[in-house]
Amino acid sequence: MTEPEVKEQARREWPLWEVFVRSKRGLSHGHVGSLHAADPEMALRMARDVYTRRQEGVSIWVVPAASITASSPDEKDPFFDPAGDKVYRHPTFYDLPEGVEHL
Amino acid sequence: MSDQQTEFDTVIETDQRIEPRDWMPEAYRKTLVRQVAQHAHSEIIGMQPEGNWITRAPSLKRKAILMAKVQDEAGHGLYLYSAAETLGVSRDDLLDQLHAGKQKYSSIFNYPTLTWADVGAIGWLVDGAAITNQIPLCRCSYGPYARAMVRICKEESFHQRQGYEILYTLANGTPAQKQMAQDAVNRWWWPSLMMFGPADDESAHSAQSMAWKIKRHSNDDLRQRFVDMAVPQAEILGLTLPDPDLRWNAERGHYDFGPIDWDEFWRVVKGDGPCNRQRIANRIKAHEDGAWVREAAIAYADKQRARQTATRERAA
Repeated sequence: MTEPEVKEQARREWPLWEVFVRSKRGLSHGHVGSLHAADPEMALRMARDVYTRRQEGVSIWVVPAASITASSPDEKDPFFDPAGDKVYRHPTFYDLPEGVEHL
Repeated sequence: MSDQQTEFDTVIETDQRIEPRDWMPEAYRKTLVRQVAQHAHSEIIGMQPEGNWITRAPSLKRKAILMAKVQDEAGHGLYLYSAAETLGVSRDDLLDQLHAGKQKYSSIFNYPTLTWADVGAIGWLVDGAAITNQIPLCRCSYGPYARAMVRICKEESFHQRQGYEILYTLANGTPAQKQMAQDAVNRWWWPSLMMFGPADDESAHSAQSMAWKIKRHSNDDLRQRFVDMAVPQAEILGLTLPDPDLRWNAERGHYDFGPIDWDEFWRVVKGDGPCNRQRIANRIKAHEDGAWVREAAIAYADKQRARQTATRERAA
């Protein structure tokens, strides 16, 4: 490697990982934060040290932040609009006759 | 006014949170980067004064506790750097700016830890002041910063209690131990009050930060809240606070306290505290000494990936 390449290598930041923790059996994994690590094994190990120091979890996922596809905040109105006028998807939309039970 | 600005204002006004990919005014983003980075830097520089006592802690129990605490500070630094990164800055750049003296950290960490009792005083007073500052930040308008603060506040309460316990033990020990505790409190009290920053009429960023709900209370209000909590705690320790003007004011329902030496505060902020140069020199050295580890880990990861790709291609 030439000297500039060595410098370039040194400047390469470890990639960013998003960390998801299952806090106890029966619950789904939830996002808790992020960290930098060189590879998946290191990301897992660091996630354990950073995000479960007080037994906050029984299972961890790490996902490269670059692999996440997210909805765009700029389009959030049109994107989520279709659900806005469909109140009939909620049980509270329906009128029930007096006295009916278990419904 | 642009639609984006109106949307932003509505979110702030209705006490919702701004999230990373939302539009935000450039000045809001810059203020947050400055504040969150400074906060992150404080956490990792704050490891030094206490780390100084890990090898000399008086018992294995105290040593294990202190290591856990210093490890927490590293973790807090990480949560905060992560929050800053969601604002579009890189952690490496933030560290470069810390090392170059372009971004600051809390001045309190420029004071030395001369005795074991200082570890107690830092836990009680410095972490106590930090908690007073940080609890309102859990409701900060920027989501990732607020969430980081929730985690940090949960962990800080152990820090404050362990410090108080150290002082309580010393204060009830031999006369020499009690004197050591008193001396530490004498040295850390005023710098702890300075941690809340300049008085409200002197504070450059306060008004705008309050309008943006980054900040929820003024520096002076938080400082008063801290003094009101600390005085009765000092009484239980049997130690005095080094302020002849400290007394209960029944009319205000608060403790009055003497004037703060702002000349000292600004001297330390500007780089002339007892340990400024040492703290930064240590930080730079740790960063440079760790460079080969960061490079080796990247090289290893590259190699593993290349090997996996080659195996897959052969199999195909």
